[in-house]
Amino acid sequence: MTTAISVHNLGKQYKIGAAETKFRYNMLRDVIVDTVSAPIRLAKAMIGKSDRRMNQNYVWALKDVSFDLEEGKVLGIVGRNGAGKSTLLKILSRVTEPTTGTVTVRGRVGSLLEVGTGFHPELTGRENIYMNGAILGMKRTEIDSKFDEIVDFSEVNQFIDTPVKRYSSGMYLRLAFAVAAHLEPEILVVDEVLAVGDAEFQKKCLGKMGDVAQQGRTVLFVSHNMSAILRLTQEAIVLNKGQLIMRAPSQEAVDFYLSSGQSQAGERVWEADEIPAASAPFTPISLKVKERGGKVVDTVRSTEPVTVEFEYKLSSPVTGLRVGLYVSTMRGEYVFTSFDTDTPELYEKFDSRNVGHYISRAELPADIFNEGRYTVGVNASSFGVKRYFMDENALAFTVDISGAPGTQWGEPRVGPVRPRLNWKIEKIA
Amino acid sequence: MTEFTKHEPHTVYIKPSKGLAALNLRDLFTFRELIFFMVWRDVKVKYKQTLLGMAWAVVQPVMTMLVFTFLFDRVAKLPTEGVPYPVFSFTALLPWGLFVTALNQGSRSLVAHQNMVTKIYFPRLILPTASVFAGMVDFLIAFVILVILMFYYQVTPAWHLVWTLPLFLLLAIITALGVALWLSAINVQYRDVNQALPFLTQFWLFATPVAYSASVISEEWQLAYSLNPMAGVVNGFRWALLGVGNGPDAALWVSIGISVLIFVTGLFYFKSMEKTFADTI
Repeated sequence: MTTAISVHNLGKQYKIGAAETKFRYNMLRDVIVDTVSAPIRLAKAMIGKSDRRMNQNYVWALKDVSFDLEEGKVLGIVGRNGAGKSTLLKILSRVTEPTTGTVTVRGRVGSLLEVGTGFHPELTGRENIYMNGAILGMKRTEIDSKFDEIVDFSEVNQFIDTPVKRYSSGMYLRLAFAVAAHLEPEILVVDEVLAVGDAEFQKKCLGKMGDVAQQGRTVLFVSHNMSAILRLTQEAIVLNKGQLIMRAPSQEAVDFYLSSGQSQAGERVWEADEIPAASAPFTPISLKVKERGGKVVDTVRSTEPVTVEFEYKLSSPVTGLRVGLYVSTMRGEYVFTSFDTDTPELYEKFDSRNVGHYISRAELPADIFNEGRYTVGVNASSFGVKRYFMDENALAFTVDISGAPGTQWGEPRVGPVRPRLNWKIEKIA
Repeated sequence: MTEFTKHEPHTVYIKPSKGLAALNLRDLFTFRELIFFMVWRDVKVKYKQTLLGMAWAVVQPVMTMLVFTFLFDRVAKLPTEGVPYPVFSFTALLPWGLFVTALNQGSRSLVAHQNMVTKIYFPRLILPTASVFAGMVDFLIAFVILVILMFYYQVTPAWHLVWTLPLFLLLAIITALGVALWLSAINVQYRDVNQALPFLTQFWLFATPVAYSASVISEEWQLAYSLNPMAGVVNGFRWALLGVGNGPDAALWVSIGISVLIFVTGLFYFKSMEKTFADTI
């Protein structure tokens, strides 16, 4: 077997703090101010009143990562937000350069992230296929030979000579995906975390990925969906704060990730480097699962109500903000979604949320969950405007079902919910 | 399977680039089709959904020429070395128009293609290069207008000199590309470039003998004046087409020297900044 990817001591350092949060657009003026005030900072540092920023300027998004991947293997990459997964893929696809270390890649690297990159609204479908193909590194003859296939796959045959700005968003996406899917790279990287589009489209991406893997090509797959990792990969690596902490068969890696990384005893605290700059003015602080007595717990009883608290800050007022939860099973199936302004009263009252420090608290009633482990994701967004923050795997908790309906039989029950239904038995004859 | 998977995949080594990054011209060659496609797209899209379409390529220089003729010929009565003023100024507007389009489009090219820069790998040099060459189509259309103008005013071209025209065109392109390399790379980090471009273009126009003849500049200032490579280009165009002016002299060599200097330093600056484009854009 030949090695498709060989990563050696890879590291990537990013500038943070001053460079990104203080002035986002990097005006020359800011640089001048910064330069002028530099001696003052230096003086401060010398007398010990060091500016916090000075130590914070750099962060290692990836550090000392080494691994080899054989041709034809499918490798899963798991880790929290900010663990370095996307940075790793960006380096492999040569979008950004590493700070240290080397990578040897045999063959063309393609990613489904590139879908629609370089599409121009004024060009027709046909023209965009050629344009997009060239951007993705296809030769003209290669595009010629695959043209019909691409058009068939995209199902836009009759509009192929219409400018794509007249397309529906679905048609647009299908065409874009069709080009990317026919690139046939030797190595495919899929970052599901960043994948755009609706559920249907994401399913198509995963399907394509499965096909590629079956053709014996090398695939790197980033996902927060553990069941997808288990289904599609044989092996996975776990990244934590930029470092590779484990490489093992997928089941083992997923178990390790779930038990070590996320379940911090029913509590999740976001550190500064885990919060993307784009989430401003929303700053998540913590998410807690509490039992009836108010104690933070990792295991809850299905027969008792549970409180979920999401603490956060707003640095400027936000209109129409809704903060909510996704609860899903470990296999990635959603159980429910709920937002703090779901009820009409709260919706009216918190039409606009002021600057401040908040807790959104939800009580999950008794008798909903079945036995097992569940993930809580959080989302802060203004509907149709912007998604400020999202962490699909903020924390996990275990549900203990002692005393729940039906436990007298001691058999596992299928389905994520275990409601206490109001059964009546009527004898009618 | 497909044609592609048959041949041996080539190996890519990814490592931090050090010092003056290697120019990696091989990569540029691999992606040569992309340059072609980008130019083709820019040309194709430029006048889409406009009423006049390609006619804009004619209207713009012709209108400028008419304004110049009114102001500098009728009102100010500037000397034109015996050439009818419309032909005199239009000859200069050709390379100037190419330069301005190239400079403006080229300097904005990286920022305008942000999503490409942050999502996929390709030699970034392609973006400013393609923008510069996309201006060539307008140039050729305007050139046809010049030929018509010369017929109309019965100006005989300097046949024995015309062959040097492509060389001056090359000088204009190198200058535009050089400046675009500098500004597009700076623009990635400092969007001030967007604000500065209109000024820069305007001042540069005043400093270039487009509306007037270089002969109005006094002798002792000639050399300093030629520090502007576009002065060399414009004078060269008039010399090659109309046979007026000095032809290749010390001033032209200074212009060429400056132009090459801007281009080479621009190339190295661009290359050294290239690795951070995706992170800072």
